[in-house]
Amino acid sequence: MGLQIGDTSFKDRVQEGLKNDFMRQAVSSAQGRLRNGRLSAAEELGDWEDWRTLGEEIRTHTMENLDFYLQQLSEQVENRGGNVFFAETAEEANEYIKNVVKKKNGRKVAKSKSMVTEEIGLNEALEDVGAEVVETDLGEWILQLDEDPPSHIVAPALHKNRQQIQETFENKKGYQKTDKPEELALFAREQLRKEFLSADIGITGCNFAVAESGAVTLVTNEGNARLVTALPDTQITVMGMERIVPTWEELDVLVSLLTRAAVGQKLTSYVTSVTGKRLEEEIDGPDDYHLVIVDNGRSKILGTEFQSALHCIRCAACINVCPVYRHVGGHAYGSIYPGPIGAVLTPLLDGYEDHKELPYASTLCAACTEACPVKIPLHEQLIRHREIIVEKENMAPTGEKVAMKGYANWASNPAAYKMSAKMARMALKPWTKHEKISNGPGPLKGWTDVRDFPAPSKQSFRAWFKERQKGEQT
Amino acid sequence: MECAATVAGIGRMQQDELVDVLEKQCKAIHTDFKRTTIAELPQTVEETVAVYGKKIITAKDDRNEKFGLDLLFDRLRTGGEEVHVWDSKAGKENQIIAERADVGINFSDITLAESGTVTLFNNKDNGRSISLLPENFIAIIPKSTIVPRMTQAAKQIHEAHEQGHMVSSCISFISGPSNSADIEMNLIVGVHGPVRATYIVVDDGD
Repeated sequence: MGLQIGDTSFKDRVQEGLKNDFMRQAVSSAQGRLRNGRLSAAEELGDWEDWRTLGEEIRTHTMENLDFYLQQLSEQVENRGGNVFFAETAEEANEYIKNVVKKKNGRKVAKSKSMVTEEIGLNEALEDVGAEVVETDLGEWILQLDEDPPSHIVAPALHKNRQQIQETFENKKGYQKTDKPEELALFAREQLRKEFLSADIGITGCNFAVAESGAVTLVTNEGNARLVTALPDTQITVMGMERIVPTWEELDVLVSLLTRAAVGQKLTSYVTSVTGKRLEEEIDGPDDYHLVIVDNGRSKILGTEFQSALHCIRCAACINVCPVYRHVGGHAYGSIYPGPIGAVLTPLLDGYEDHKELPYASTLCAACTEACPVKIPLHEQLIRHREIIVEKENMAPTGEKVAMKGYANWASNPAAYKMSAKMARMALKPWTKHEKISNGPGPLKGWTDVRDFPAPSKQSFRAWFKERQKGEQT
Repeated sequence: MECAATVAGIGRMQQDELVDVLEKQCKAIHTDFKRTTIAELPQTVEETVAVYGKKIITAKDDRNEKFGLDLLFDRLRTGGEEVHVWDSKAGKENQIIAERADVGINFSDITLAESGTVTLFNNKDNGRSISLLPENFIAIIPKSTIVPRMTQAAKQIHEAHEQGHMVSSCISFISGPSNSADIEMNLIVGVHGPVRATYIVVDDGD
């Protein structure tokens, strides 16, 4: 699947999102719940702003010394019998992983939820070599059965309702019970338990690797990452190269921020730290361990004004407060990374060409920046993206360029300005009803399709001001 | 950083307060909570197991003897229940037994009061499957293992590593039963890991 999802235009994707009433309802209620969860967990912790500052400092320090910590991590993992592979591109990562699977004659791969494996399109690559891939996170499994991309980085199946899930289970897996979430989940437990027990390869992502000891930490609630790391004899961790902390002490701070910012929990049900191969006489855990560290465009961001985008710990707090995401949903972004962080990160990883609309999918209200647990200045980066798109990349739509030029001419000519301010009301009269326009012509249409536009006032501001001054004089 | 829960140096009084914090958090994480003494621990475990089922799996742990669980397990076996103590020589058979077991029992190595978290340093005698595959999980929490929060556990692991001790191949921080909110954001308790969990805090007088 890769970073980009679907090939319809941004406009069409947005329209589709706006028309999907269930999705919009689901997103707005999920946003409310997740946002409140974060706020109350932050309050309970106390000193939330201090924690954020500390989180930001840790991320900044780590990115500035990333080469050192990655080196330390890979030495530690190798000391514990693991193999480490640095993949510069998605293709390199997939190639390496395919080779491991082939060498092991792997037939079934059990995967726990991982955004970076979505990003590199790992599942398709594995299917190419004939391995069956089973997503084991409940949300991801639903999407896999339905061949649907994720729409949120923490709650991937947010856009689906229980009837749709019931139908999917029925059609794909012969499910025969009701649409009660408990029954659906129990069915998934039974089905997936069989998969865990028969999988020969386990693949996980990585929330944070601890450089000092080589531990890979996985933060989950369902327990699937524990099963994936405990049962199969071969295990592969795929991590984005920035998902690393120096020591266990920094791990504490970032995990504490992550679980609170993501789901409002003090800790998730499971925080699991696995290091290399199983030790002698151990039964659980892999006897063959691989850590694949993925660059895929990240090192290009290092040292640029966008470096702090790499601080992201994938909590989705920015997504959960974004008014634009609330209305258009995750799929509209056309990237597996939606919302504000997606709009910042996607063009950086994949270029402006296919994603030039994303920085405009924001009201610049800065709620994202305020929510971010590691203080990434998301809205400022979106503005910067826009500047680059217009000035350097010269990618603004032709219509916009012409309009801007026209506006410049018109606004710098007082007579033209005055005249059109007077004319506007008259020109829009055919569409005006009760001082409102609800079915506007031309460029107004996009606006009035979803909300009213106020009719131009009877009196211009200048005229009003003149009269006011007169009044004061008398 | 100043944070109420990160204040170190815990006296006797504070330890009892931490037990209260833990008990309160257990409600939030859908975990049954019991308090007992060393003398009464076997009976408390027996009562809990009676609700959960007849097949038990547990770690090979010195604390089984210290806390009188060895004798309880012998008695349960005589009564027809199956008690399997993790045996690395039995290889993958351990996983098969864990998969069929009704309940897994573990001692907590470090307990985090704030988040209701049991920390397990898994090793050759304490397989990861014990707390993972059965539908029910019992954590025995010696009161002396309780610390305020993750900060103290992370520090302990960091220091042990600096002193040259090998970090466990798997450290499991477990906070209650498994759960998911992936279907319409409804919380479902019990997905891939245990469906039910009980914490038994035992006053070990340390």
